[in-house]
Amino acid sequence: MSTQRKAISLISGGLDSMLSTRVIMDQGIHVEGINIFTGFCVEGHTHAIRKKDRQKPKRNNALWVAEQLGIKLHIIEVIEEYKQVLLNPGHGYGQNMNPCLDCKGFMVRKAYEWMQEHGFDFIITGEVVGQRPMSQRRDTMPVIQRESGAGDLLLRPLSALNLPETRPEREGWVQREALYDFSGRTRKPQIELAAKFGFDDYSQPAGGCCFLTDKSYSDKLVDMWAHRSSRDYELDDIMLLKVGRHLRPRPHFKLIVAREEGETRFLEGYRKQFVHLLSTSHSGPLVLVDGELNEDDRLLAAQISARFGQGRDAAEVEMEITDLDGRAQRLMVEPLRADEIPQDWYV
Amino acid sequence: MSEQHLDARRLLCPMPVIRVQDAIAKLVAGDLLHVSCTDPGALHDVPAWCRVHGHRVVMAEPRDDEVYICIEVVKQT
Ligand code: SF4
Repeated sequence: MSTQRKAISLISGGLDSMLSTRVIMDQGIHVEGINIFTGFCVEGHTHAIRKKDRQKPKRNNALWVAEQLGIKLHIIEVIEEYKQVLLNPGHGYGQNMNPCLDCKGFMVRKAYEWMQEHGFDFIITGEVVGQRPMSQRRDTMPVIQRESGAGDLLLRPLSALNLPETRPEREGWVQREALYDFSGRTRKPQIELAAKFGFDDYSQPAGGCCFLTDKSYSDKLVDMWAHRSSRDYELDDIMLLKVGRHLRPRPHFKLIVAREEGETRFLEGYRKQFVHLLSTSHSGPLVLVDGELNEDDRLLAAQISARFGQGRDAAEVEMEITDLDGRAQRLMVEPLRADEIPQDWYV
Repeated sequence: MSEQHLDARRLLCPMPVIRVQDAIAKLVAGDLLHVSCTDPGALHDVPAWCRVHGHRVVMAEPRDDEVYICIEVVKQT
């Protein structure tokens, strides 16, 4: 009896990894999924913090894909380890702060480690030659194989016919002829294959799999590092960059202003860690202060915060500033006018 | 059979799912895991994770501003 071969599939939640997994399952291989959580992943739920986006499905796409395929999904949290990838990418960044090539190598390495620990035989990904400018080029795809340590145990079923034969093909664990030759940025072959498999509801993220490809997010990250003594971060930092308006009126402090009720509720969870402001005379957003406030700054922070509440056009608004020791100070302030907030304060 | 409580409040998805996954890895068949979360997405994702791994969701419901989920470990993952 032949050995049941087992593959671990990197599942991002998008269509390509869903298709590549199904292609290999159809060859009789036992497949389980692995999803790597760096902290920067785009999650429906992060958007769900904002009330206006609540109509959108609140699902984790990777889990949803696993369920559609009927496979197990292992979610691996790599927040600490990922810092090395993001802070010192050997291959540099893409258009924004996305270190895609190093990131892909890192993710495949995590999958490779998992594969070895759990007695699996090879790794599959949904990568397609020429699809992404940095990590999915003919010359960079071998870099991922090499730097991850996975070598020719890494199979890309959707593009296999454009790439050198891998061990699973050579050994006959999978049939090379039944794999695909997709290439380039076109999505047409993927959409056709999805139709063939009867997949009609799938996610196709436009930018990429994470916030690091997003310009506005990357700007906030760079600003955060520029105003700290080191380029380090914690999970809370990177979560807070996803929420609210960020204004930096002075180099030593930044305000995070909730844009609506859902964000205020989310930011409330941080009240003990941050000096914060709230209007007591009008309804308005919760505002967190990231940094230190001197006496003048307190007035300025209160005036800016008042601008974003219902009292924006009032002559005076009462603002309460709560310090880290829980002591609250009330200030009557005149809200700044829109034209008194320079555009370059917005991070 | 043992019962464990997991406080996953204030964590955003997928962290509650990851915490559930780690907690269940230490439990055995028949054990119960009670989970409290504040991310409403957990109401969807934790049961989805349980389904793909074959665990039984005894209860999953919103409670005030929180989400409560009770899971019976069916098999070791
Ligand atoms: S888009 Fe983000 S998660 Fe995807 S490879 Fe690039 S850096 Fe990594």
